[in-house]
Parts: sequence; C-alpha cells; structure tokens
Amino acid sequence: MSMLEQLTNRDQVFDFLAPVASPVDVRHGPILYLEDVNVSFDGFKAINNLNLTIDDGELRCIIGPNGAGKTTMMDIITGKTRPDTGSVWFGSRHNLLTMNEPDIATLGIGRKFQKPTVFEALTVFENLELAMAADKRILPTLTAIMKPENRDQIDEVLEMIGLKDLRDKLAGILSHGQKQWLEIGMLLMQKPRLLLVDEPVAGMTEQEMERTAELLTSLAGKQSVVVVEHDMGFVRSIARQVTVLHQGGVLAEGTMDQVSNDPEVIKVYLGEEA
Amino acid sequence: MWLTRPLQERSTQLFLGILIAALAVVTVLHLAMPEDSALHVSAYTVTLLGKYLCYALLAVAVDLVWGYLGILSLGHGAFFALGGYAMGMYLMRQIGDRGTYGDPILPDFMVFLNWDSLPWYWHGFDMAWFAFAMVLLVPGALAFVFGYLAFRSRVTGVYLSIITQALTFALMLAFFRNEMGFGGNNGLTDFRDILGFNLRTDATRLGLFIATGIALAIGYVICRGIVTSKLGRVSIACRDAEARTRFLGYRVERVQLFVFVVSAMLAGVAGALYVPQVGIINPSEFSPLFSIEVVVWVALGGRATLYGAVIGALLVNYAKTVFTGVMPDAWLFALGGLFVLVTVFLPKGIAGLLQKRRKAPDNDRSNPREATA
Repeated sequence: MSMLEQLTNRDQVFDFLAPVASPVDVRHGPILYLEDVNVSFDGFKAINNLNLTIDDGELRCIIGPNGAGKTTMMDIITGKTRPDTGSVWFGSRHNLLTMNEPDIATLGIGRKFQKPTVFEALTVFENLELAMAADKRILPTLTAIMKPENRDQIDEVLEMIGLKDLRDKLAGILSHGQKQWLEIGMLLMQKPRLLLVDEPVAGMTEQEMERTAELLTSLAGKQSVVVVEHDMGFVRSIARQVTVLHQGGVLAEGTMDQVSNDPEVIKVYLGEEA
Repeated sequence: MWLTRPLQERSTQLFLGILIAALAVVTVLHLAMPEDSALHVSAYTVTLLGKYLCYALLAVAVDLVWGYLGILSLGHGAFFALGGYAMGMYLMRQIGDRGTYGDPILPDFMVFLNWDSLPWYWHGFDMAWFAFAMVLLVPGALAFVFGYLAFRSRVTGVYLSIITQALTFALMLAFFRNEMGFGGNNGLTDFRDILGFNLRTDATRLGLFIATGIALAIGYVICRGIVTSKLGRVSIACRDAEARTRFLGYRVERVQLFVFVVSAMLAGVAGALYVPQVGIINPSEFSPLFSIEVVVWVALGGRATLYGAVIGALLVNYAKTVFTGVMPDAWLFALGGLFVLVTVFLPKGIAGLLQKRRKAPDNDRSNPREATA
C-alpha cells in the first residue's frame, strides 16, 4: 500500500529522476566533518564519540596503535560501514550516511587500500586510462577514443607519480613501491576532492618512502589528503597536522611536535618508540 | 572506429593476409588443377577445410571470453549447435516436396511421427533472412538470459564453468527427445539446397568454404576490435581483478554479459556454416565433450591471442583427421597427451612459442600470474 502511495504522490519525484549530485560545497571551510560518531561490533566499541574535521586542501596524518579504529573510520567515510550514531558530512551539502559506495566514490572521495591492486597484464598507461573519469557504460567504453586532453591528463599524472619512463611497461613488472605510486596515480585520475590513503609506505625502501612523501606533499593544496600510517619517521617527514586515535576516539591533535610531547600520547603510543 | 582499428594493426593484417592467401590457393588448386594432378584439391578436402574454419571461428569465440574475460565456458558447443539447428531448420524447409514422403511443408521426420502440422517455432524458417537472423538471435538470447542470471549473481570461476557444462548437457538431453520437434536422435539431415544453390555440387561447396573463410575474417576483426578497444582493456581488468574494476566504476557484470553475448553469436555463426558443409546437425554437437575439446584447442594454440585459437583449432582437427584414420582408438589418448605436454612445457600454447621467437614480452596480454587454466 505504501508503495502505491509513493507512486501516486505528486509532490515528490522518484529517486532516479532527482538531479544528480551537486558540486561539493566547501565555502564554509571543512571538506570532511565527522561528529559524535559511534560504531560497535558485537558490543566492542570500535569508534567512540569520534570528532574529526579536515579542511579543504589539507594534508592530515592519522596515527594510532592497532585497533584504534583507523580503518573503521575510513570504512565509515567511504560508505562501507554505517555508524550507529553520529553524522558524517562531505562539504556542507552532502550527508555521506545517506549515500552508497559508488556514489561516494563518484562524488570525489578516493581510497587507496593497504595492499596495492593494479592490473598487471596492462601497461602503466592503460591502468591510468581505465581509472580516468569517463562514461563507463559498455558502448561508450567500446567506442572510446583517446583525446589529446585525456592523454595530457595521463601524462601529467605519470609525471607526478614519477613513472613516466615506465609508461608502456606492464604494471606486473613494477616494484612494490612503484605499484603503490601507480595506485595513487589511478586515484588521481578520478580527480577526487579527498584522498584517503591507507599505509602508503608499508614495505617500502628508504628512497621509495622519500619519494612517496614528496608525492603526497605535492598533492596537498590541490586535493585534501588523509594518510593513515604506522611509520613515525614517515609521518614526521610529511605531516603538518597529526591526529592521534586511541580506542576509537581522538586522543590528541596538533603538529607533530605538539603531539609527540603530549604526555597522554607518549603513554599510549609513542612510548614504545621514544 | 573500434571496428576499423584492427585493420591498421600489423598482426591483424598478417592474419587476414594469410587467411585470404590460403583461401585463394585452395580455390585455384581446386578449380585449375586437373583431377589427376598431385596438386589438385578435391571437393572433399575443400569441405574438410571449411569444417576446420568453422571450428576456428568457434575457437576464436571461446578465446574471446576465456582469454580476455577469464570466463572458462565449457558450454560453447551449445551456442554452436543452436546456430547449426537454426540453419538446419532453414535447409529442411528448403527440401520442400523432394523428401522421402513428399510432403510440401512438413520435414520427413514429422511425417514419420504422424504430425499433421508444423510446430509454431518452425514457422518463418522457410525464409532465408529470418533463419539467418535466428542464427544470431537464438544463441545471443540464450547467452543473454544465462549470462544475466549468472553474472548478476557474481557466479564466476569453476562454478560458472560447471553451469555452462550443465547448460549444454541439458540442451543435449532436450534435443534428443522426438517431442522437441528437432528430429530427435537423428537430428536434421538430407539437405538439398541453400539460397537456391544445390548443396551437392562442388561449386556450392567451394562457395561455402569461401564464405566460412570470410566469416572467420570478420569474426576475427570484430573480436580484435573489442580487445583492442578500451572495453577490451576493461575485460582484462575484470579477468585479473574483478573487485578492483568494480571499484573504478565499471559495471563488471555488464562487461561480462556484453562480451559473452557477442561470443555466443559468433559461435552460432560458426555452427550455421558448419551444418551445410557436413550435411547434418544432431544433438551430439551439444555434448559436453565437444565443448571441452574446443577449450583444449584454445589452450593448445595459446590463450588471449585470438590467432592462437585459430592455430590450435586447425592443428588439433587436422591431427584428429589423421589420427582417427590411422588409429581411431588412440585419438583421445593423443589429445590428452598433447594437452598435458602443452600445459607443462608451453603454458602459453603455440602462440607463446611464436611470441618467444619474436621476443616481444611487452605485448603479452595473458595474465602473468596464471599462465594455465
């Protein structure tokens, strides 16, 4: 019956007729805003009254011991996990809690998972080509022609991630670090407003880490970047703002120096290293 | 244009060149050489080669879904046979009153079964355009329904292989029944003419052989067009990392459905050209063994190359002709042995051997992590 009422209701349009996502509104500052978010899995509070604000163009590092809720937080932002209570806003217009994963991705939130997944049987260039923002239905994809501006966009990203010389090599032959960069490049091709990067330097060599730090710092300003990382040296080399998570909530926030001198933080986390 | 792109490619030009040259040589040797000459190609051989070319087209269709999309179909024989039956029904209607029982409308087997009128699904098959459209539409529609249900439920891997196998087996059992109205066990045979040409003359046989060659060329170009397009790269992405592709915003199940339907239609065309050349279509073409054999051809020739599938189909079927003539009982052992040897020593098939010669690993489209099935 309610179905019928819905159909005959004249002052409301169907979901699929409603206008598509409007641009993200960041006039009021933050691009991402989490307030009083709570999640529990079988009674275990994974996220506990989490409040977090990311400004437009900011590069933010999030650190915290295992089980602090870093990955769960990413899951909430990308729509994979729904919080029990709280609100999550992208800009001041989009309520992420009402949207599904593909919609959130289309809106401009890109996520890089811990384990790099690139298409190994395709070249570096082709990997980026597939990631490019475009009409992804069947026939447009079949008849797609590489336009000069698309090529320029790919070359620009290749330059940025430092894989220009490997442009036509199969992604399968890349080293672990290069795959991570390619994956970041694939995210950039989707022109996201906000980039969520999960442990980008896990398993990298010293030089690769430096290169990654440069890459992420160069992105800030154009995109907002949130980096979740374990490696303190790496965080120190890129971070302007650091948030420390502990038991599902924010323990401290500030510059790396402020945070690393915070007695609470030293007790729960840095203590092991200091 | 995605269809003309392959024509500018070296490998496709080479393939088409060899194919056209082979067609021309066979035609000339058949027509110009006196019958007692050693170089004369008999009408029997022409038809045999035509049959091989049908198999080659079927193998290309299988390679499209297996090599580039990672869907191991063990039931492509079903689409081949359905295309064949559509053609067979047209040829049956062309017999007219020349059948044993002389009924102007009903095919012989229906008269034999005491049927007094044509079943509804036999209507229209007296018209060539309708029958030829059905050659594409029936396999395409089956592939669409089957693929829609399977891919939407994200059935992949061995599970999908098993249900494709079940599909062709079920169809085989169904077509064996006389009540289905497709001639049961005996199938459709005793064909007289196609488009007004007598099927029993050498000229028609040569014509069918050339038509099959052209169909193979067109099918090859279509497949090549797909795999060199962006959609082809998306297919490879679906094959190797399905979840990742979905995450990039592609509707994986639609990509799979599209390519699967195209492949089924090509298999249908191959079946339709096969039937007038061998003169019979019966339910044994639905047999799961036949579909598995097709997969073996592709594996032997080399996956994800398309031309490898053609090489594999031609070589294995030639070997089969020779072997079953010399030692009929040993053929299956030989085929099995060949398959094992190639899997162990040539994981990328004969095409892999050719590529190694040319030393061009950069263009290798097969999955580096999974060389064999």
